[in-house]
Formats: sequence, C-alpha cells, structure tokens
Amino acid sequence: MLKIENLHAAVTDSDEEILKGIDLEVNAGEVHAIMGPNGSGKSTLASVLMGKPTYTVTEGDITVDGDSIVEMMPDERAHLGMFLAMQYPSEVPGVRPWQFLKAARDARDGANGEKKMSVRAFSKLFDEKVEEVGINPDLMRRSLNEGFSGGEKKRNEMLQMAVLEPRIAIMDETDSGLDIDALQAVADGVNQMRSPSRSFVIVTHYQRLLHYVRPDVVHVLVNGRIVETGNAKLAEKVEATGYRDYVAVN
Amino acid sequence: MMTLNASKIEPNPIRHADVYRNDWDSFVANQSRNGSASDRAHELRRVGWEEFNRIGFPINRRGNELWKYTDLRQIDRMPFRFGAPSSGISLEAIAKMVPLPREWQNVVFVDGVRDPSIADSGSQSDGLTLRDVTAYEQLGALAGCESNAFVSLNSAFLDDGLMVDIDHDVESIKPLHVVFVSTGSDLGQRAVYPRIAVSVGRGSHATLIETHVSMADGSHLSVPVVEISMGQQSTLRHYRVQLDGEDSYHFATTRVKQGEDSRYRSTSFSMGSSIGRHDVLTMLDGEHAESTLHGVYMTTNRQHQDFEISTTHSVPHGTSDQYYKGILSGRSRAVFSGKITVERGAQKTDANQKDLNLLLSHGAEVDTKPSLEIYADDVKCAHGATAGHVDEDTLFYLQSRGVDYDTAQAMLIRGFAAEILDEIEDELLRTFLEDKLDELMPALQQASDTIGTA
Amino acid sequence: MTTQDRLTISRESKLDDAGYKWGFSTDVEMELAPKGLNEQIVQLISSKKNEPEWLLDWRLKAFDYWRKLHREDSEPRWAKLRYPEIDYQDIYYYAAPKSFDDAPKSLDEVDPEMLETFDKLGIPLHERERLAGVAVDAVFDSVSVATTYGEQLEERGIIFCSFSEAVQNHPELIKKYLGSVVPYTDNFFAALNSAVFSDGSFAYIPPGVRCPVELMTYFRINTEGSGQFERTLIVADEGAYVSYLEGCTAPIRRTSQLHAAVVELVALDRGEIKYSTIQNWYPGTKDGEGGVYNFVTKRGMTGDDAKISWTQVETGSAITWKYPSVILRGDNSVGEFYSVALANNYQQADTGTKMIHIGKNTKSTIVSKGISAGHGENTYRGGVKILPGAENATNHTQCDSLLVGDQCGAHTVPYIEVRNPTARLEHEASTSKVSDEQLFYLMSRGISEEDAHHMIITGWSRDVIKELPFEFALEAGQLLKVSLEGAVG
Repeated sequence: MLKIENLHAAVTDSDEEILKGIDLEVNAGEVHAIMGPNGSGKSTLASVLMGKPTYTVTEGDITVDGDSIVEMMPDERAHLGMFLAMQYPSEVPGVRPWQFLKAARDARDGANGEKKMSVRAFSKLFDEKVEEVGINPDLMRRSLNEGFSGGEKKRNEMLQMAVLEPRIAIMDETDSGLDIDALQAVADGVNQMRSPSRSFVIVTHYQRLLHYVRPDVVHVLVNGRIVETGNAKLAEKVEATGYRDYVAVN
Repeated sequence: MMTLNASKIEPNPIRHADVYRNDWDSFVANQSRNGSASDRAHELRRVGWEEFNRIGFPINRRGNELWKYTDLRQIDRMPFRFGAPSSGISLEAIAKMVPLPREWQNVVFVDGVRDPSIADSGSQSDGLTLRDVTAYEQLGALAGCESNAFVSLNSAFLDDGLMVDIDHDVESIKPLHVVFVSTGSDLGQRAVYPRIAVSVGRGSHATLIETHVSMADGSHLSVPVVEISMGQQSTLRHYRVQLDGEDSYHFATTRVKQGEDSRYRSTSFSMGSSIGRHDVLTMLDGEHAESTLHGVYMTTNRQHQDFEISTTHSVPHGTSDQYYKGILSGRSRAVFSGKITVERGAQKTDANQKDLNLLLSHGAEVDTKPSLEIYADDVKCAHGATAGHVDEDTLFYLQSRGVDYDTAQAMLIRGFAAEILDEIEDELLRTFLEDKLDELMPALQQASDTIGTA
Repeated sequence: MTTQDRLTISRESKLDDAGYKWGFSTDVEMELAPKGLNEQIVQLISSKKNEPEWLLDWRLKAFDYWRKLHREDSEPRWAKLRYPEIDYQDIYYYAAPKSFDDAPKSLDEVDPEMLETFDKLGIPLHERERLAGVAVDAVFDSVSVATTYGEQLEERGIIFCSFSEAVQNHPELIKKYLGSVVPYTDNFFAALNSAVFSDGSFAYIPPGVRCPVELMTYFRINTEGSGQFERTLIVADEGAYVSYLEGCTAPIRRTSQLHAAVVELVALDRGEIKYSTIQNWYPGTKDGEGGVYNFVTKRGMTGDDAKISWTQVETGSAITWKYPSVILRGDNSVGEFYSVALANNYQQADTGTKMIHIGKNTKSTIVSKGISAGHGENTYRGGVKILPGAENATNHTQCDSLLVGDQCGAHTVPYIEVRNPTARLEHEASTSKVSDEQLFYLMSRGISEEDAHHMIITGWSRDVIKELPFEFALEAGQLLKVSLEGAVG
C-alpha cells in the first residue's frame, strides 16, 4: 500500500539532511510503529509523508498503490486517503470544527468523483463520531483547536481521523504529553478503526501507546536511518534499554 | 506615482526672527574668530540656521501630524536668547540636585557649555575618549535639520558639545554621566542647544546617563540633540532623566543608528518642564539588532509632555520594543505618539509597542497614538494602549487590610511606575529616581480626584 | 499637474475585468446635466427634484462652503492615500435615467432593462423575486427607482422611501434631521455632497416600533464620468429599532468615478440602528487603472440608552476614505464598529471609525480587520475621544491586520484622546500572515491551497462577518473569496 524507497529529505532551502535513506513497506491492514530518540527524524518522516513544504525530498521515492506521491500537494495526498494526526495541531481562529471537516470531506469526495454528503448526513456522522471519540461537544462550538488543551487537541485529531476515514493514517507523537485517559482514548480510536484495508504508521518516542495498540512491525529510527526492524517485542526491548545502544553505534 | 496628496507643511513666520538672527550672527562671527571648529561644523550651523529661518516653529499645526497635540505658540512668543553661560555654579550645588558618584564618570555642562571651572568628576575610563563635538567626522549625519525647527536650531547654534568615542571591544566601562544644568537666570529667557555625539565601537558595551536639571526657576529653552551610532555587536544602555524646572521648555531629539547585532536599550524618566518633548528615532540598519525604548512620565499642574517615539526596521530579523507609561494629574496633558515602521523586505521583524496611562484627575488629558506602518508580511507586530485610573478593587483590597487611602493610592502609583524603574540596573540611579517619584507623589495625589471618598 | 494625473484619463487601455462579475453596464438612456459644478447645476438638481426653497438654500450654502474649501485647497490630505488630483469640473453631477423623469409609480413602470440589471445584481426588486423579509430601495446613478414592501411598512407607520420622495412627502422630518449629524461644514466631501446630492434613502421608524423587516438599499453607479452623491438619513425614534443594509456595485470603467456619500443616523432615546454595508464598487484593474474613488462620511448620534452599530465589509473601490462614526451623546448609549477592509492589487483603503464619548456610561466597541494583498495598502485610522463629562466611559478596540504577500502594506493609526480619568480604554492590535503551519494543517485534510487560504482568512474575519445579517454574511464570504483571487494559492 505505502512504500518508501531510499528516502532522503532535507530542510527546504538548506543543506541540512534529516532523512538519510529510509526504506519501508506498509501493507494493507498493518500497524507499523516508528520509534526513535529526539532528533532522529521520525517527526520529519511523518511530515514528509504528508508533503509538508518545510522539507524537500532530495532522493528516493514514496509510492501509494505503486504511484509516486512525492510531487503531490498535501491536499492531493489527503484525497488518496492519507491522514496525518499532528503533534502540534494549528489553531485556526474563526473556523468551526464542523465547517472545517465538512469542507475537507467534500473536497476529498469531490476529488474522487463521489457525491458530496448532504448537510444532514454529514451532521449525523459528525455527531456520532464526536460521541465515539469522547470529545467535549462544547469544544465544537469554538474555533478549531483554539483554547483546546493538549489532550483535547489530540482527541480532535482522532475525531478528524474518524470522520475522514483514511486508508493510511500516520500519527505523529500523538501520545506525547497525554494523561492516561487521553492516551486510552487515542488508543481506542485507533483500535476501533483497525481494519484489513487500513494501515497505520505510529511515530512515537515512548512505548506507552504501544501497550494499548499492538503494532505488527516496529522500526527503530536513529539519525535519519532505520537501524532495526522487528515485531512488538522490539518495542519492549527499546523501552527496557533505551536508545543508548543505537546512538552509540551510529 | 507622484506623492500628490502628501501633507503640505507651511513655513511659519518667526515672531522674534530678529532676536534669533542677531544672536546667530554674533555667534558665528565669534566662532569664525576662534577659528577652531571644523568646516563640517560651520556648514552644519549655516544649514541649520537657513532651515530654521525658513520653516520657523510649527505653530500652524493644521495638517501637521507631528505637532497635532502640542501647541508651540508660547515658544514662538518668547524671545529666547543665546549667550554666555552663567558662572559661579559650584560642583557642590549641582551635587545637591543630582548624584555625581565616583562610580560614574561625570561631565557637567552649564547652560549648554562644558564648564571649564567645573572639573569632570569621577575618573576616566580606558577605551572612552571625550572630545569636542565639532571635531566629529560624522557630525550631523543622524540629526542635521530634517525640516525640524528644533534640530535645525540646535545645528545653527552648535557649540563645542561632547563627542563620546568608545573604542572597539571595550568590555566594561564606568557609566558616563552627562549633566546639563540650566541656570535660566541672568539672560532673561535663555536658550541652550547642547549636542552629544556617541560612537560605540564594534563589540563594546557602554552606559550613558543623560540628566537635565534646572538650578533656578525662570523660563529657559533647552534643545538638546543626541546622535548615537552603534557598531556591530555593541550595546548601549542609555538612561535619560529630565528634571528641568517647571517654567522651562525642553525639546529634545535623540537619533540612534544601529549596526548588526547591536543592542540599544533606553529608559527615560521625565517629570520636568512646562512643555517638554522628546523625539526619538532608532534606525535598525543591521540585521539582528535590538532596540528597546522604555519610559515613564509624570505630569502635574499644567504640564505638557510629548513623546514622539519612532523605530524603523529596514533590514530583516530586527527586534524592537516601545513601552511607555504615564501618570497624569492636575490639568496636565501627555502625548504619546509611537511609530514602528517595517520597511519592505524587513522580514522576521518582531516589534512591540505599548503606552499605558494612569489618569488621576479630572482635567488631565492623555492623547496616545501608537501606530504601525508595515510593508513586510512575515513579521510579528503588536501594539496596545490603555488609559484608566487606579484600580478601585485593588485600592479597596488594600484599604480593607488597614492601609489608609493615600498610602494605598501611592502604593499603586509607585507600583505602576515600578515596572519601568525596576529595569534600571544601576542601583544608584534607580534609588535616585524612586526618591524623585516619591517627592512628586504629594503633587500627584493632591490633584487626584478620581476615586471619590476615602 | 500633467494631463495624465487628472481624474479622467483619456488614454485608451485594455481593461482587465476578470473577477469583477458586477462589471456589466446597462444601456439605459440617460439625461445628463452638463459636466462641471457651479451654482446653476446646484439649482438645476434642486429644481429637477422640485425641492422647497429652504432645501435649495441649504444646498447653495453648502456649495458656497465647498467652494471656499476648494479655493483654500482644503481637500483632506491626512489619509494615507495617493491618487491624482480630482478635477471637480470634469464630472457629471446629475445623471438620471430618461424614462424615469416622471419617476415610476409602480414596478410595472420600471424599465425592463433596468430590472434585468437588478436581476443580475441579485437584487430582489421584483415581487416574485424578492428575498423574504427585505425591503429594497434601489438607487441607480443617484436616482431611486423602486421601493418594495412599501405598504407593509406603512401599516406600522414606518417610512422607507427615496430621499427625494421624503422631501416631497415628509418635509418636516427632512428639515428637522438633515444635517443634524453631518452638517455641510463637516468636511470637504460632506460639503460637496450637501450641495449636489441627488438621491438616496430615507427611513423613519416611529416611537416604540421594531421594524419587522430588514431595510435595504442597493446603490449602483452606471453612467461613465458621473459622480454619485447619495444622501441617506435614518431616524429611529424613541424605543424604535431598525436594521438597514446597503450594497454597492459599479460597472467596469477605465476612468475613475467619484463617489461621495453622506449617511446620517439618528437614534433617539432607547432607539437602535444597525447599519450594515457591503461595499463592492469597482476596484479598478489589477494594474490599478480605473475604479471608484469612495469618499464617504457616515455618522450617527445617540440619545440616552440608544445604540448605533456599524458593520462594513469593504472589498471594492480603488480608493476608500471612510470612517463611520458615532457621537455618543446620550447617557448609557452604545456605539459599535465592525469592519473588514480588503485592499488587493493597487487598491488603497484608509478606513476606521471615530467614537466620541460625550454622555455618561457610554460604551464603544471597535473590531477592525484589515486584509492587504498584492500591492494593496490598507490603513486603519480610528479615533476614540473621551470628553470631560463622559464619566465611566469605556472603549475596547481590537484591530488586526493580515498581509498576503510581501508587496502590500498594513498600517494602524489609532488616535486615543482621553479627558476623563474614570474612562477605561483598551486598544489592541496585531499583524500577522496566514501561517504555513495553518495552511499545511488544512491542506493535509484535503482542502486545496486556495480554499485553505480563504477559510483561514474568512475565519480570521469572523468576528466582523458574524455581525452581518445571514444573507449578507454569505455574500460577504463570497466577496472576500472573489476579491482575493489571484492573491493566494
């Protein structure tokens, strides 16, 4: 489904290379965890997959269903069914979450030649998901992410994921800074959406989230390269020993 | 496109043109006889005189944004004279009014002239040279005349002044304290036009304390100009203390040009003069320069204080902060006219501007105009202004704890000013200014009528 | 002054009208008085309208005053606007559709071509096409053509008609209130308007009556080289309420057109007026040629416990000079100003408000959002004045600028004058751009770059747009989008 080949990426307009050749294949229905110390490039990888202009791919390729997406704009990638749950979601004054998601959903349905959802049908879906995700409905009357706590922002990302129903969901340190309830909520959100046709790439520093969401494959990313790949056991090993060994070697 | 709609500023006739002309003629004749000054100084005097003679005082203020709130007809009406300074002022007498500690290097001007009978007190510092300002090669480069009556007058009557030359990479240096004493006595309505030029060398760090004080009552006109040029990575801490007498007129101009990575930080403390104005412009010409213009002003009775505070960002990555606070009582009036200009291309500018005012009485007026002019999109600029009185809830809270009304109000006034005064790193100076504020407190409170009954 | 700096540019040029869909012109036969301004023209306008002697006198006094200001070269120059000298003798001061010489008695008499024009504008003029709940007065090149909903309003004693009709039918009201808020001596453009105004709207809401529908006027400049000088007067008597909407468009012309309107609002004790404007006069080409010069004086005055609220969305005009203001004369009265002003391409806007606090416990709120794009220059200029008797007055001002691109300018010039120590004032302002992070966030959810820009900008303007009546709010959103085309994405 998602294939990354020899991916190099640098900060746009600078020579600072952050990803130094990454190979990764995510098949339908799989959950991959990408772990790594601070500054290893794991958040950069998440951003590059979604096409953040801060970074430029300097070498290699990213394909979805065999087609390269490197030249695509972020909105085009979203239309393909990609989704990035952000570490620091932006605040957008004056834009209501409902309005935002309706526009996002319409844009994708339009791009894929599907019929736009009616306001009524969308509202029903929206309300269902709000309840499912357990986000405070009062927040939905505010501007997008404005005045939301860290945990509320993350739940709001889960809400967006639930409404947009992506095929490839990338989660960028969604677990960082969350209390246990919020962490549980995020995990529930992911687990509920796990399906044979949907893949997840979970970027995380700690193993915490992986207690609740069992990954199929775990990768350790250090200094812009994947240094080890394994099953869920690898995450436990990393938790026990930390990243010291990897950093020392690299 | 032509600037077809720019305000047209009409020249104004000068009521006592002949007085100014006679004084200027004899001044330049005298200077020629001495023959000491540079050609540059002579030229500046001539250009300054011609400009002043052409434009006069901006008494006709229609369409003149710069003088919207300050009426200069009083100034125009008085024949201010330029002449020999008073003699017989002792260092001891001055020391009673302003601190002249050994920790500072003190230079005293009496009536605009560096008084030879008063030796500079405190000791000289290495890396700092004091010269006659007329010898400065860049004299007038930052303040020539700019179609400004006061800058022009200062240039026209340019005397020896003071050139402060700070070498490269001077790490630590004694604060330089320049005191301008006005006597305002024997010449009737005297005018003084002192000029300081400061050049801070690359990588040097210096402190300048500029104090203006009157020895006697009586009206005099003080028109100081300070030009500061800052090299790369230099720092200047500039304190400005304006304690001129209550019948005096004070029109000051400060121009600062900042090189790359330089930091200019000024704190001004103004409570003197009948009509006072301080016109400041800092130009951030090198990237990553930082300009901080802070001040506190107190006005009582019928005083009028005007602050024209401008910062211009012409290159990227500049940081600036204008922050003034005012305390007004009686029938006094204060004007804050702040301006931050971000020129095209000056991206990543971070600029702040704030003017907060405490009005203590009916009859007092504040006019505040914090303005932004922005031609670059990737910038962070914010400004704010407030006017109001002492917070009644806080006052009540203090009273409920047994503090009497006057004491509580004084505490809040002090607290309001403290935010600016606390930034004064020099403890001697800070204590002196805190005491000055306390001396003024009864006058501020006497006229206060905002919060009804105690 | 060289010829090319004159208001009328005779050089031929290709017009770039993409994006301005209101740019059609209507081929209606017009009656034009000769170009130029003199006493005869003022007399002609007055006699065409069959005006009473006192009104002609008032016009002539205004003309004298304007002539004096013009002689003294007192056209205001303090605004941050650059435009060529206006040749006041090169403008038509009276242009009326010929077939309207006798004024239409009903909609049947309206020229079909003109009805079509209003259809294109989306104005609900015709009975079957009108929007529910909106009474419309349409002013076409300064002449009012038709008013809907007349009868229903009449039942409640509400008067809503063209200014000319009001002069004929309600002279006592006109005489009482005309110039009571904006005297002809107020400023250069107000004096000009007072001398030559041709028509406009008049509304009067009797004591205690709440106007059941939103009153609306649509203004359109059609004739080339004509100036438009409409005059609007709205009076909410004691305890009355009215919401009034005003929309403006103009056809594409390569010459600039002068628009100098005056709007006076009178809210007597406990009265309330909500005045909303969508100003979409032709902004000129993307290279800055042509467009409307919009010099407008709008002001309201309050009685005790009264309220006046201005909301404006300014996307049009080459030059905007406009400061809808409130004189808060009555105790406990309230003034509000909500504004979104957009300057794209070579548009220049110098706009804001003046809140003059005279009464005790008066309160004002200012929310201004300025958007600059292309080579646009946008200035917020606002005054808050607290006079000595205004005990416990409060003002809160929030004024934000958004820059789109690095060739535009955004300026903020507030004047805050406080002469009462019990006042509380706060002014806050910020400058920002659409952040890359916000853009990426929205785009990552599938929204296109242009739509994301638009969503962020409208969201940023929401505090103002939400003050508009619903249909107008939708139109405002669309207008912002169309006006920003080409500047983003």
